[in-house]
Amino acid sequence: MATAAEIEKQAEAREVRNRWFLSAPALIIILLAASGPLLIVLLYSFLTPGPYGDVVWKFSTEGWVSVFLERDIFDDTLSFAGAHLTIFWRSLKLAIMATVATLIFGFPTAYFIATRPERTRDIWLFLITIPFWTNLLIRTFAVLQVIRNEGIINTALINLGIIDQPIQMLYTDFAIMVGMVYVYLPLMVLPLYASMEKLDFRLVEAGYDLYATRWQVLKRIIFPMVRPGVIAGSILVFIPAIGAYVTPSVLGGGKNMMFANLIELQFGQGRNWPLGAALSITVMAIVMVALLVYVRNTSGSEARHG
Amino acid sequence: MKVDGNNGAICVPATPGKNAIEVRGVRKVFGTGEAQVAALDTVSVSIRENEFFTLLGPSGCGKTTLLRLIAGFDFPSDGEIMLYGEDIAPLPPFKRPVNTVFQSYALFPHMTVAQNIGFGLEMLGKPRAEIDARVAEMLKLVRMEKLAKRRTSQISGGQQQRVALARALAPQPKVLLLDEPLSALDYKLRKEMQIELKRLQHETGITFIFVTHDQEEALTMSDRIAVMSSGKILQVGSPRDIYDRPAERFVADFIGETNFLDARIDSIEEGRAKVTLKSGATISATLPDGFKPDGEATVVIRPEHAKAVKDGGDISGVVENVVYFGTDTHVHIRLDDGETFTVRQQNARGAGTSFERGQRVGIVIGDDAAQILKD
Repeated sequence: MATAAEIEKQAEAREVRNRWFLSAPALIIILLAASGPLLIVLLYSFLTPGPYGDVVWKFSTEGWVSVFLERDIFDDTLSFAGAHLTIFWRSLKLAIMATVATLIFGFPTAYFIATRPERTRDIWLFLITIPFWTNLLIRTFAVLQVIRNEGIINTALINLGIIDQPIQMLYTDFAIMVGMVYVYLPLMVLPLYASMEKLDFRLVEAGYDLYATRWQVLKRIIFPMVRPGVIAGSILVFIPAIGAYVTPSVLGGGKNMMFANLIELQFGQGRNWPLGAALSITVMAIVMVALLVYVRNTSGSEARHG
Repeated sequence: MKVDGNNGAICVPATPGKNAIEVRGVRKVFGTGEAQVAALDTVSVSIRENEFFTLLGPSGCGKTTLLRLIAGFDFPSDGEIMLYGEDIAPLPPFKRPVNTVFQSYALFPHMTVAQNIGFGLEMLGKPRAEIDARVAEMLKLVRMEKLAKRRTSQISGGQQQRVALARALAPQPKVLLLDEPLSALDYKLRKEMQIELKRLQHETGITFIFVTHDQEEALTMSDRIAVMSSGKILQVGSPRDIYDRPAERFVADFIGETNFLDARIDSIEEGRAKVTLKSGATISATLPDGFKPDGEATVVIRPEHAKAVKDGGDISGVVENVVYFGTDTHVHIRLDDGETFTVRQQNARGAGTSFERGQRVGIVIGDDAAQILKD
């Protein structure tokens, strides 16, 4: 006969087995879909580029060297890769601007939805998600139609006699910004709404009662309390924005290269897969560090007292 | 009117007859068209300076609506709200020198106890030193000095209540509004806070408008009470007035226990009337101010204002039940006309007659015990 201790031991073993079994799908997905490809990219970054793309299985650090330095094709000397930095800086600038812009537009939108009666909130949320139904490329082309020289805005302004020459909006950084804000806005609104919905509006009343003006209530009460939503929304917008490829290609016309276009170039015309892989990992690392700093700073006061 | 209002002495001497708040013909309608609901139906009331004024009524009677109109969270559909002679009805809440203690306390969870208390002063743009001094003073007033640096989530319900009070009192409002502030506390703590609130009102000399559905709370704490029902104020008076001289059936029924008896008016003189009860007994009853009934009327008698006797009495009946309550005993009597009547007797040592079920008794109605209702 089994003693109580033995039964307990068996139950524990079963428990452990069940745990592994139940978490298997998640583990498989993380290994196959996330870590696996990443490891391949990492591996490629240390190989030698093949003559027609692809890689030759020979170890080389040339890919990593060219991320930061340029090798002169005549005398083989190394100099600082200023072009990469410029492109990265532009991507970073546009991604930050897009994040700030989506926050500026998304915050009032989310606040508006969260303050609607409960029955109508779902309808507003539904409207926010409608653009998701359409392919990203098509949405981007829609923006193109609106802002191009013969587009709605310019035509209307000319017909109204406000301008006589169309304003060049397409193929500028402004166009990229507009496109990104349009495409990523729902990603900001949804997490913001999620935290605003939980907001106790009696606290807002308490703020007004204690002589806080609307602006002060926003700054001192609403904003600190929906901070998790602001952080989540910013991350969700910033990450795809810094790696944006379609929007800058279509609306920027490939004139002003973004980081994603630079990476794409290495895998395409550049035929330098190791450099492309090294650039990918570099941008990933920078984004990760930036996010860590951001999250730590924005949630700092909570964490210290928490 | 300047927002920062009264920065003078904490103890404002009460000026008799001076009104802090005057509500004139205020109506508040929610919804539109078919779904329209009148939460307040043409309410007028004056609240005196330095007074502990209570709005008493069941849930949905409009008492919280009236408080929110005074605070500025809602705006009246009609009428005026005067604060020291100035109409504040169109002002946003942050421009009114009144503060609120919320039922849920509504403390800011991302701030410490001290930051919560200082918030109002900070918003008024007071210098740091003044804020710190005032916060320290408030912490001392509500006996929370030791917990100043705590987060509001790290203190108990009773302590949160004190912080909410301190936060609302810190900017020295002209009127303090309290929306059922004690309802979330357990019985013992509630009793403690009732005394605490009275002490605070006395020490600060601020006019308190207190909303509650607890009649006992209202009777023990208030200088004056307004009893509300279905968006109307039915009666305003001191606790004694309201209890001893209810003018309407709702007021009599809502506050304390009451016996209702049908009566016929015989004659009226100087605020009193001679009435004949169904039993044939004739008693004298008080009339509500300016009310001149004829024919039938309802008379109310509080259980402790009547006395059960073995023989005689104004009305008679049979003892149906005797319930012992420690301090007193309730004798439930079935009257000869079929109505029930309750008599409350003090259980003073050696005093009082004891009754048994089924015993025939008489009821003596004391002078001044009976009150005639308007409805």
